[in-house]
Amino acid sequence: MRYEYYSNVAFVSSVVVYVLAMFAHAAEWAAARRLGGEHGERELVNVAAAELNSEPSSTRAEPVDAGDEPVSSPVSSLEESSSGNRRVEQFGRIGVALTIIGFVLSVAGVLFRALAAHRAPWGNMFEFTTSAMVFIVGAYLIMVWRAGVRWLGLPVTLLAAVGNGLAVTVFYVAVAPLVPALHSVWFLIHIVAAAISGAAFNVGGVMSILYLIKKRAEDRDKVHGYLERLPSSRKIDLIAYRFLAFAFPLWTFTVVAGSIWAEYAWGRYWGWDPKETWALVTWVIYAGYLHARSTAGWRGSKAAVIAIIGLASFWFNFIGINLLVSGLHSYAGV
Amino acid sequence: MTAIKTRESAESSDPAVRPELPRLGWRGGLRYLWTQLTSMRTALILLFALALAAIPGSLVPQRRISPVRVADFINEHPRLGPIYDKVGLFGVYSSPWFSAIYLLLFVSLVGCIVPRLGVYARALRARPPQTPRNLTRLPAYAKAEVSDSVEDILRRAASALRRRHYRVDVHEDSVAAERGYLREAGNLVFHTCLVFVLVGVAIGALFGFRGTSVVIVGQGFSNNLTQYDDFSAGGRFTEADLAPFSVTVKDFDVRFETGPVQRGAARLFRANVEVTERPGATPRQEVLEVNKPLHIDGTTVHLIGHGYAPKVTVKDAQGNVAFSGPVVMLPQDSNFTSVGAIKAPDARPERLAFEAFFLPTAVLDEHGPRSIFPDTLNPALFANVWYGPPKVETGRPENVYSLDTTGLSQLRQSDGQPVRIALKVGDGVNLPGGKGSIQLDGWVRWVKLQIGDTPGVPISLFALAFAVAGLCLSLFVRPRRVWIRIRDSEAGDEGKAGNRVVEVAGLDRADARVGLTDDVAELAAELSRRPEDVSAT
Repeated sequence: MRYEYYSNVAFVSSVVVYVLAMFAHAAEWAAARRLGGEHGERELVNVAAAELNSEPSSTRAEPVDAGDEPVSSPVSSLEESSSGNRRVEQFGRIGVALTIIGFVLSVAGVLFRALAAHRAPWGNMFEFTTSAMVFIVGAYLIMVWRAGVRWLGLPVTLLAAVGNGLAVTVFYVAVAPLVPALHSVWFLIHIVAAAISGAAFNVGGVMSILYLIKKRAEDRDKVHGYLERLPSSRKIDLIAYRFLAFAFPLWTFTVVAGSIWAEYAWGRYWGWDPKETWALVTWVIYAGYLHARSTAGWRGSKAAVIAIIGLASFWFNFIGINLLVSGLHSYAGV
Repeated sequence: MTAIKTRESAESSDPAVRPELPRLGWRGGLRYLWTQLTSMRTALILLFALALAAIPGSLVPQRRISPVRVADFINEHPRLGPIYDKVGLFGVYSSPWFSAIYLLLFVSLVGCIVPRLGVYARALRARPPQTPRNLTRLPAYAKAEVSDSVEDILRRAASALRRRHYRVDVHEDSVAAERGYLREAGNLVFHTCLVFVLVGVAIGALFGFRGTSVVIVGQGFSNNLTQYDDFSAGGRFTEADLAPFSVTVKDFDVRFETGPVQRGAARLFRANVEVTERPGATPRQEVLEVNKPLHIDGTTVHLIGHGYAPKVTVKDAQGNVAFSGPVVMLPQDSNFTSVGAIKAPDARPERLAFEAFFLPTAVLDEHGPRSIFPDTLNPALFANVWYGPPKVETGRPENVYSLDTTGLSQLRQSDGQPVRIALKVGDGVNLPGGKGSIQLDGWVRWVKLQIGDTPGVPISLFALAFAVAGLCLSLFVRPRRVWIRIRDSEAGDEGKAGNRVVEVAGLDRADARVGLTDDVAELAAELSRRPEDVSAT
């Protein structure tokens, strides 16, 4: 009982801290926005930067390493001295610091939940969401540390705040033991795989959205404000691809593991249960994404749109199917 | 990604074909159709069509999953229902249009794999391409000053590349190397395995069978067709394929959550069973649980449901026992409000029948009698009574769970109200008008066993394991070409004149790879003890 209380306190606090982190990142974007008008030579530099970015990939002049390119584009080095730039940096750092605090709280929440339930803490919708958010924010923080992707801060903290927020308000159920169908080793394997691939789908989807925004700005030669600080659209696309290329085999494994489990628990490996159907739909959409990415005329924006549709299908499978449709995966308990 | 290029080149030849269409003839026409079908664009469209087509089945009730909800749906939507039925929306996954999409997809897949297998077989023996004239134009480039002899450096370069798993060709003054052939191999394995998954599914559908049987605790099931409540099998299945085992359910332990959270949720199902592999064999004791099916002689037995069977005794107007025993009732909700029919066709002078509710934890409120907890805290039986002249035995099967009231009249009190019976365990009641009596002796549980065999599963499972492995190879192997050339140093090179310079250049052949620049620089550094200039253009 005490552990459950601690867990709830940790989750609620994590929501508050994530919201604050989101404000910090929003301030970071806003501060960068103000910077845009200050310099007369800005437009010229922008055009140059856009040209650089929109160079056809066939020349491969640009190193594709995600790891070592600095966060800011060459343009920002021109104004390193300006105080506005320092402010952007400051807000960004505050955002990351708050995200780390939120992450620690959310990990604590999951751990206390596990202690309270005496089992792995992903037996219902609330627990799955909070666990998946740990994976998402964890992946993001590792990326910030290793690859300098602080520009993901705003969407990721938004996602984490909404995710944990929904979990503690709408999805919340008190600690309870599992129904017999969940008493299986596949409970650990299938659900962890789903949570990790779900986290990667989410990060990849967020990047695809940023890609579309940045690409649009580049195509119109209007890369202003914080958008300048994002890597080139091509590079965002590459990082998004890497996340989705990681998630896709894992999602395949999730579906396969689920069908093995279904054979044990329900006596058939595939029964077109709504959850199974939508897992397949999601799989097929991401398969489409991977194919589109290597088809002439489908690369870039179209592929990014497919990735976003895939993410929508993932979310519908999670929220829509759990709450609206009755099926064998009805573990939400909401 | 040679794979993709094959498809693309097939596509790019289309415009050339199109204007000549009238002269193509039927063979050309077929080839054109084939090219279209196996093109990447068609594959993409088919993938999306598959995703879209699968959706209605998750939102509209499906006959194979819940026939009752389909019937309800048709009743509720008298105009929409028949239309849905006609276009197969109640059986999406066996409908012609859904089958057409996935079959086309697999034809497209085979049409794509087969030529690529040939291409890959040639690529396996292919040598790395010749060293380009100008290495500085490549995406990654580094150079370093060296003092060793040309042969020496070339040898070191070749061994350094071989150590990194490159296929290496040593030329006069340069080394050409390529790696990452496994990417395409993985891609081919993945796609081929998808076909085998479908083959496994097809074998299961042809040779497999699946059926369910409700077994009252204390009773048994023996594996022959007459014992099944429902049964479906593939076209190649024969009754002789049923293994002659029998299973007796000794007892069945069920626990439900009694705490405040998720009250009533199932917590434990465990059946102790006795398995006899074939008539005359020594029985063995087994425990059957959810997630722990029994495997008997190639057949799998699952525990997939349970419910209550009230034990009743019905006596007729003459005082003779017309029926006595457990009556299986079907649970209607998560609290096991169960309905069923108690039939005493042998009651004389008039036969008797009861439309009954069994409630494990009964309450009677404005909604009528219902159960508020799935376990038997306050079991009760509620029933309406029907009577009629004895029926001629026709041998026609009838539904044991529901009452067909043709030829029967409902028993009413003198004021015209239907007689309603409410019994607790041990209670008995005499029917008005001296029609007979009914007594609730107790209750037992029943379990629903699913017995089946799906022979293709191991094929599908192995295929899926290889598919995932192949998928990982095709996504994570990095095909890369590296060239190393030795030349005399020129003006513009730093360092002492007369020395030699080693140039290293690389090209990634797949999108989104990392570390090319680093690797090239590292190679250059390794070949020269003093790396003098490392640059990436």
